[in-house]
Amino acid sequence: MYKWMIIKALLYILLAPVIGGLMSGLDRVFSARMQGRQGPPVVQPFFDVNKLLHKQTTVVNSIQVLFVTVYLIFTIFTGALFFAGGDMLLVFFALSMSEVMLVLAAFSTNGPYSIMGAQRELLQMMCYEPMTLLVAIGFYYANGSFMVDELITKPVPAIVQIPGFFIGFVFILIIKLRKSPFDLSTSHHMHQEMVKGLTTDLSGSNLALVEIAEWYDTVLMLGIVGLFFINNNPISRLWAIIAIAVVFFLETLIDNLFPRVKYKTMLIVTWSVILVFAGTNLLILNVLK
Amino acid sequence: MRSAVIMIGGFTIMAVAIYVAVNVLMSGDTSQFMYLEEAHAADTVIICGEVFLMCLVCFLSIKYKKYYAILISMAGTLPVLWMDLTGKAVEGNTHFRIDTFAAVMYLIVGIVGILICIYASGYMKDYHHHHTDVVDRSNYFLALMFVFLGAMFGLISSDSLSWIYFFWEITSVCSFLMIGYTRTQEAIDNSFRALWMNLLGGCGFAAGLMYSNMALGISNLSQVTSAEASKVIMIPVTLFAFAALTKSAQFPFSRWLLGAMVAPTPSSALLHSATMVKIGVYMLIRLSPVMEGTLTGVMITVIGGFTFFAASLLAITVSDGKKVLAYSTISNLGLITACAGTGTTEGVWAAVMLVLFHAVSKSLLFQTVGDIENCMHSRDIEDMHGLIIKLPRLAFIMIIGICGMFMAPFGMLVSKWAALKSFVDSGSVWLVLFLVFGSGSTLFYWAKWLGKICTVIHQSFELEDITPKSEMVSIFPLTAMIVVMCFAFPWMSGHMVQPILNEAFHTNIPDVIGGSDVVIMMIMVTMIFMIPIGARFLSIGKNSKMTMSYVAGVNAGDDRHYIDSFGKERALYMSNWYMEDFFGEKKLLWPCIWIATVLVLVMLIVVVGGALHV
Amino acid sequence: MNISKSPWVLHYDGSSCNGCDIEVLATMTPLYDVERFGIINTGNPKHADVLLLTGGVNAQTAPVIRQLYNMMPDPKVVVACGICACDGGIFKECYNILGGADKVVPVDVYVPGCAVRPEALIEGVVKAVGILEEKRKKLKESMKAGYCTVDYSKMAVHMTADDYDPSTQYDAVLTEEALRQQAEEKIKASAKPVVPAAKPAAPAPKAPAPAAANNDVKGENG
Repeated sequence: MYKWMIIKALLYILLAPVIGGLMSGLDRVFSARMQGRQGPPVVQPFFDVNKLLHKQTTVVNSIQVLFVTVYLIFTIFTGALFFAGGDMLLVFFALSMSEVMLVLAAFSTNGPYSIMGAQRELLQMMCYEPMTLLVAIGFYYANGSFMVDELITKPVPAIVQIPGFFIGFVFILIIKLRKSPFDLSTSHHMHQEMVKGLTTDLSGSNLALVEIAEWYDTVLMLGIVGLFFINNNPISRLWAIIAIAVVFFLETLIDNLFPRVKYKTMLIVTWSVILVFAGTNLLILNVLK
Repeated sequence: MRSAVIMIGGFTIMAVAIYVAVNVLMSGDTSQFMYLEEAHAADTVIICGEVFLMCLVCFLSIKYKKYYAILISMAGTLPVLWMDLTGKAVEGNTHFRIDTFAAVMYLIVGIVGILICIYASGYMKDYHHHHTDVVDRSNYFLALMFVFLGAMFGLISSDSLSWIYFFWEITSVCSFLMIGYTRTQEAIDNSFRALWMNLLGGCGFAAGLMYSNMALGISNLSQVTSAEASKVIMIPVTLFAFAALTKSAQFPFSRWLLGAMVAPTPSSALLHSATMVKIGVYMLIRLSPVMEGTLTGVMITVIGGFTFFAASLLAITVSDGKKVLAYSTISNLGLITACAGTGTTEGVWAAVMLVLFHAVSKSLLFQTVGDIENCMHSRDIEDMHGLIIKLPRLAFIMIIGICGMFMAPFGMLVSKWAALKSFVDSGSVWLVLFLVFGSGSTLFYWAKWLGKICTVIHQSFELEDITPKSEMVSIFPLTAMIVVMCFAFPWMSGHMVQPILNEAFHTNIPDVIGGSDVVIMMIMVTMIFMIPIGARFLSIGKNSKMTMSYVAGVNAGDDRHYIDSFGKERALYMSNWYMEDFFGEKKLLWPCIWIATVLVLVMLIVVVGGALHV
Repeated sequence: MNISKSPWVLHYDGSSCNGCDIEVLATMTPLYDVERFGIINTGNPKHADVLLLTGGVNAQTAPVIRQLYNMMPDPKVVVACGICACDGGIFKECYNILGGADKVVPVDVYVPGCAVRPEALIEGVVKAVGILEEKRKKLKESMKAGYCTVDYSKMAVHMTADDYDPSTQYDAVLTEEALRQQAEEKIKASAKPVVPAAKPAAPAPKAPAPAAANNDVKGENG
């Protein structure tokens, strides 16, 4: 059993950057097409990262590099834990830790844009942290386990029991994938009031590491989306992939439809959505039990 | 000379505490009751002590014209005196109980408490060096700390309710005297606030004590906790729980702990980590088996969960380092209270673990903030900008302390995780919601503090680290304990917490956090400590070019100044976010207190009133 | 192939009349869509490979341009967009204009035009990318010699507008080139094997009229 777990984790470590990079490229193509442009090639993110790796790296201080490295290592660790079938709660705790490392990298630079991005990122974490924990709890309520490898062998997919959690999770995915209207801390678009926020003072290979970590993160998040649909029937995996595609497309669409909101709006809206959808769902489940 | 006496005395006490605790933990038969044949003398001493405490409170109340304290003090003490003197108290029961939980508390009080006293011996010297306006009564202060610890040991060991009540009152009065140490108007006001709130709790305790003695014929805590669940037994349990809420500074009684900051740092460290607030949760954990599934349990859980959430929001809005720590204490104690209130085995497991980890991390943090204040003359978090350059040694210790409070593989988070599982298992939905939203805001306020410390400022210089050796004697062991406890927690769970559950519930529970998870956590802890070391050897980032941070191209060369549109150099500073207009103290504190007051009143009226009615 | 597929651009307005800036932005629109070539307008020197300068340089923007240029990681190229950035254009004789972009930073590609046409601009950037590729190869060699460990923060130059002395042009401050030379001297002093230093990317900025520019781009003057 341990052998399988390690193989699964290794597969994730090898394949996730490929899939994540392609997803990121697809996202850019979709966005371009929605705006009536041709857009870059799908493999553009790989070109970007390749370039960054071959550029000189400038740093503001030497701790920065350490924090970014830890961020990448823990993001990979988190994803590997999830795909190997580990404990959902542990996955989310480790995830928030890796995020804190990125925030610290930005804090350490003492640059105004970096620190502003870091504060906003912390606020974003405060917004989505309740939902990520609730997702784990929702799966536990629905299928009685925190372990991913047990959750995928249940007869009924989790979505049947916890649709509210799914809506909440897709909602905070906007923050997690750094999409407008909640891309407060860093942005993929030009000419912003916070320049590049969190990543302003990162360059060259450091920035490349952050990009790669985000690919891993994207795959992990979409994996969780898929988990809502998977049961012991092999065909359910197809449904999961379809759901992932739909959710991903939806996020890109939302990105292109809405302008960025203020942080207060984000806090109020996300917490209300979490309370209304996930909270109500939790109450109902509790009553039914 | 004084330091030497404190060191020798302190380490002796610590050694004895550890010896006793280890003996208890290693022995098979953990629950030892002791009946003193010749208890008459001790009882007399206790009665005299109570009278003395009451007189002391009356004297000081008259001196500072705070007459209401007299009323509350008398209301608590006189009826108990009357009961004892008229012989209405139940006689012939055990006085002491020494079991695993007591042993664990011995360890906390003996190690953390004594380390704080040792820290205080050096700190008070510096304190009076900086605060020349305060009369130097540090001998009195240090003596009080040891009296406090003595009362703690007494309280933990006692099984007789009237003895517990006596030690309970000592701690209330001691904390009152310590908070009022500087004798400024603010200190006096805050100390009397602490006094009346704790005496009010004492009144609740006295009422519970009298009811159980006179109506139920019970005089021991162990009899209360092992009694058959009935409506009548819930009356003393509810009253004791009410007293515990005041001691552990839950809403609506939180303001005394916030006011306690005016005292010198060692007293804050003592009140927050090893002693005062831990008495409250100690009581609740003891009562936990009786509270399962009762209205009292539910109300305690709700108050605890609410406190956890509200205090963590309030902690976001303050920038005074000690105040953040105070709110974080209130918030974490709320979590412990909520865990104990569920009355499930997992809940108690989480509560004991939280008590352990919180005591160590919080005392370390308070001591470090105290030292930083001595070095920089400020304890504001904004002034800790770039601490890692200014005071690297203290900054690293502080980072470990903060990580210990909220980061993934460290102890507090492990316990929080167990708490979450126990809430889910007991089906308390509201608590789950409080916990998840509370942990979001907890993350925010700790991480922004951590960020402030980790900021690297160019061309900034190391300040003189004037922390005396005696303080380092206290700080280093605590730092080491945080790290060691990360690795040792499976062992602690097996040898310290499981026996407590056996004693309280007479059942064995499966491991709350399973085998493979522990392995993964160990991998994480190892990684956290290995990566910085590896980075040193592997020369990560050594080939990078250094630049200044980006300030829109107008950086004036040192990351802290920029050129404005008139060509003048201006200072640049990024403050943390406090969002005061959103959840500021002014907006949130009083509503929280009122909501919690209503909850407490409902609990008291429904449970006590309902039982009396029948 | 490494860099030419994703040139990230930093656009800075020296003291342009905004005509060229609008054209720069126009290249992002669906009609021209430079993202096809992987070009992104980053707005952050630390991420950028190409510095697009519009407008002539005045006393106030000169230190800013120099700082932005210094913050960009190697390899990097500078593209002067529009006639003002090339040599000052119609503002050349103004009291506050120092001249073209090459008065403060070494320019690699001159793209004339008033305002510069988007097509010309795109071709300019594509040419710049070719230079970028050459520079990367040189950087590889110089990295081995340890140039990149130069610590800028220790050389904290207080760059205010008052410091600027037009007569000394960009030799007065520590440019990349000056730092390179310093590093080279250091290496010589420490008797390490000498590696050819990276060549100046652009010729000395004398009379940078569009016709004389090394990378003239065909473009229609608006």
